[in-house]
Amino acid sequence: MYRKNDTSYFIVDAHIALWDARPENQRNIHGKQFIDCFYDYHRNLSPESEVWSYEEYLYQGGERLMKDLFDDGYVDHAIFQPAYLGEFYYKGFGQTDEASELATKHPDKLTYNHNFDPRNGEAGLDRLRDDAAKFGLKGVKLYTAEWHGDSRGWRLDDPWAYRYFELCRELGIRNIHVHKGPTIRPLDRDAFDVADVDHVASDFTDLNFIVEHCGLPRLEDFCWIATQEPNVHAGLAVAMPFIHTRPRYFAQIIGELLYWIGEDRIQFSSDYALWTPRWLVEAFVDFQIPEDLGEYAPISTDQKKKILGLNAAKMYDIPVPAELQLPSAGEPAVGPRGADNLVGA
Amino acid sequence: MQSRYHQAYAALSAVVDPELDEPITDLGFVRSLVVTPAGNVKCSLRLPTSFCAPNFAYLMASDAKDVLSALDWTRRVVVELDDHHDSEIINAGLAAGAGYRGTFGHEAEESLDDLRETFQRKAHTAAMERCLTALLRADPQQGESSLGEVRLGDLPDDDTTAALLRRRHALGLPTAPSDLVMVNHEGSGYSPGDVPIALRRARSTRISIDGNAHFCRGLLRTRYPEEPALIPKEGALR
Repeated sequence: MYRKNDTSYFIVDAHIALWDARPENQRNIHGKQFIDCFYDYHRNLSPESEVWSYEEYLYQGGERLMKDLFDDGYVDHAIFQPAYLGEFYYKGFGQTDEASELATKHPDKLTYNHNFDPRNGEAGLDRLRDDAAKFGLKGVKLYTAEWHGDSRGWRLDDPWAYRYFELCRELGIRNIHVHKGPTIRPLDRDAFDVADVDHVASDFTDLNFIVEHCGLPRLEDFCWIATQEPNVHAGLAVAMPFIHTRPRYFAQIIGELLYWIGEDRIQFSSDYALWTPRWLVEAFVDFQIPEDLGEYAPISTDQKKKILGLNAAKMYDIPVPAELQLPSAGEPAVGPRGADNLVGA
Repeated sequence: MQSRYHQAYAALSAVVDPELDEPITDLGFVRSLVVTPAGNVKCSLRLPTSFCAPNFAYLMASDAKDVLSALDWTRRVVVELDDHHDSEIINAGLAAGAGYRGTFGHEAEESLDDLRETFQRKAHTAAMERCLTALLRADPQQGESSLGEVRLGDLPDDDTTAALLRRRHALGLPTAPSDLVMVNHEGSGYSPGDVPIALRRARSTRISIDGNAHFCRGLLRTRYPEEPALIPKEGALR
């Protein structure tokens, strides 16, 4: 809970990790390249006071995580979204056992989502069944850029992926978090292309698709898809820290998202341990869209409350004190409206 | 007469990052450039992360090799991409002149032409939005719907307009003063009712491109703090 000027905000950090990128876990040079890339993100976008040492960044452990999120970070509930990255790290990047045990120990505070890879075929389907039972899965995190033998990635609309989504439906895994970011293959396509989200969201209307990083490098394509698919949501992982380094750019991202997809389908996250929630929550509550960006309406306190926690709480049935709840808004003016003839705009 | 080093550098400034729509020289992606008296050229490129899209990385590196090879005095041209997760594959492919498909083997099925075309369209859309939004900000009384009637000749003679004209040229769109500013990639205009939504879409495209450029520049600085962008000094002899 965060409180400022007599207003309380229920905070859900919808995308966190407990990773281990220490050298002894790095399988090859790519393991180092991957965490170095994250660390550059961290150093580049954090306020100076929030920059960690490289050593700290390699591994945090559960105790540190609990402190950063719940003691210091105002977070009421957080959701693990682990990346496997088995080709880069011996024990994987996201630490399944440690994170899931932590979630079992603190069910009121933590939800553990797991992952799957459709290239594992039938065996992977059995595995997903077991994982769903073991972890009580409500959601999964999919990283389509994952390397797997000769393959450097997969698409959400691959036939095997459809088998997995059908199983998700059967198992009650309703929330599909999709990473849209660097290294997505296949090569011939635009690396950040979000078109596969469009197909799968149309075919599985009873599942929620949360596009992490709100498809940022292709914000316009993402917004367009999200206007037409009411089960597509925006995750603010990686977008949030721009609030510090590029506040005007951040204002434009938020302005666009509110305009195109509306206040009920945007979810806050720190992307811990890329960044920590404390400063992000404080900055977002204080944030306002600058007046000279006249093309956007100002952001309201209620919209901030929804983004900071109420939207994700609703998706995950996380209990919210009655006095903090808010009704849903209507669909945005630009909702599904057959404007596809403007696609060439 | 420019030195060969300057000529090589000038040639590289014609290579753009398709994603960011900016020259690789301005972005600081050119890490080093060596020109020997005999006319051999070696150029190293660098990117903001090890995991920048490999197809885009290949595209820029092969374009760099092409523009350097096209100079009439160059002999052996070597372009290498540093510190990328696919550096080995890309550098071997460039050295062998293997082409995109030859470089990536089974992973590459199509050519990169469509990808390039997509980004040329986006670059045009963003350039168009910058011009129109500048008009709106200069005269807030002007209604959005009327922007569909603005002609190229109505735009101020500035860098924003010049950038739009370059983008139109790249797509083969007409550039006469009497031509409409607000057109799609095929040159068709919009009816007044469609103008506001088309402008909104164009704006989200522009915000994406601008945002990516900021992000990539920032990451490059963080990654290579000791190596600022390579800028040749006036009259430098190499």
